[in-house]
Amino acid sequence: MLRLPPFQYVRPGTLHEAVGILASEGGKAVLMAGGTDLLPRMKHRVAALEVVVAIRALRELRGIWGDPRQGLVIGAASTLAEVCSHPAIRQGYEVLSLAAAQVATPQIRNMGTIGGNLCLDTRCSYYDMPYTWRKAMGFCLKKNGDTCLVAPGSTRCWAVSSSDLAPVLMALDGRVRLVGPRGERVVPVEELYRDDGIRYLNKEPAEILTEVLLPPLDGWKAAYWKVRRRGSFDFPVLSLAVAVRQDEGGHIADARLILGAVRSSPLRVREAEEALRGEKLEPGIMEVVCELASRAARPVENTDFTVLWRKRMVKVFLRRALGTFA
Amino acid sequence: MPRLVRLHVNGQVHEVFTPPHRTLLELLREDLGLTGTKHGCELGECGACTVLVDGRPILACLALAVEVEGAEILTVEGLGRPGNLHPLQEAFMEVGALQCGYCTPGFLLSAKALLDQNPAPSRQEIHEALSGNLCRCTGYLRIVQAVERAAVKAR
Repeated sequence: MLRLPPFQYVRPGTLHEAVGILASEGGKAVLMAGGTDLLPRMKHRVAALEVVVAIRALRELRGIWGDPRQGLVIGAASTLAEVCSHPAIRQGYEVLSLAAAQVATPQIRNMGTIGGNLCLDTRCSYYDMPYTWRKAMGFCLKKNGDTCLVAPGSTRCWAVSSSDLAPVLMALDGRVRLVGPRGERVVPVEELYRDDGIRYLNKEPAEILTEVLLPPLDGWKAAYWKVRRRGSFDFPVLSLAVAVRQDEGGHIADARLILGAVRSSPLRVREAEEALRGEKLEPGIMEVVCELASRAARPVENTDFTVLWRKRMVKVFLRRALGTFA
Repeated sequence: MPRLVRLHVNGQVHEVFTPPHRTLLELLREDLGLTGTKHGCELGECGACTVLVDGRPILACLALAVEVEGAEILTVEGLGRPGNLHPLQEAFMEVGALQCGYCTPGFLLSAKALLDQNPAPSRQEIHEALSGNLCRCTGYLRIVQAVERAAVKAR
């Protein structure tokens, strides 16, 4: 059996109490909601923590309210299955429902949460491995070692952002509420991330992501495409979230284009968004945009498939994604 | 530190002293002797340890036993007994939807959760509901056929 290391388990009764525990335990404590990302890493001994703070049942993190006219609030401990099936999301923000349905498997969607998916650890073929494998290979920069095994000359970690929902929520102009010992703040989803495989979240250790906030749809249409080896169950090797707002003549008034799984944070391709503005979705401009996005994507050799293929697929899948609005 | 956990498994209440880092899978198999729930990858990738918690399929290898306290847990032992099998179990036997059988308990429970919610699923819906369970010997066609057969039987 692959067993968990011993830890202290605490189940705070309120959000305030949870923040207090995180603040007093310092770096020894970790949050657990669904556990589907944390527990495999603990079994692999890449996450070695003394205190697990269980927050799935916190009332402050539960519930989904709103509609596409007023905007939506999604409690961070809502499971991915709840996000998939909630009527307001299925009808109003269908892209989010479809993206959540592409995360992992039915069992994991019944356990994993939207907050957990946003805070998902970055992944790497040298990191998400058993302890004995990593020891034999030589430990990496992200855990126990001092060399990046993907780019041995590098001083940084290149582990890849693998959240399906982060690009989609960025395309929908989502925000997250963070509650910490010094109060709370609301930040755009984009600002939650940094392009660093180790410190990939702009979040204080004692801050808890409590809510995802979506603005009214206001004419935006969005699509999400995910590239992976098995259609049933895999992390993305590339993902694309695109949102556009078109005027009556079909010209694009505004656009958002985000690539996932090409670096340690989701990548918003602003030059491609700029190129789309004022244009109709015709083959010429689509080629320009695909070229810009593909140039911006610089994946490294740390997940399934070759880097060149992943980069090439940016064009193929972006063309398909844009085609859904044409 | 070990704590007393009260679990409702297959309609019975069990009280077990367990440290919090033990998974539901370990507790079911090692403390309660319910070895019908299998351990495969133990990392959430294969679905062999699927059990139902309040009617929903979850992975027992990634659930802490302390986190499912108070919930209704159903394992394959609670699905049917010899002489009184669940329609899904009968259909799996009739169709030949297993070879080594190691993945079968997980498939049965994923399929039960599907049929409880949707008594007449399409083939696509069956594929989706079973997409978190891996079989390495029979292949999936017979398994899907068995679920279809059980759905007809249960109607």
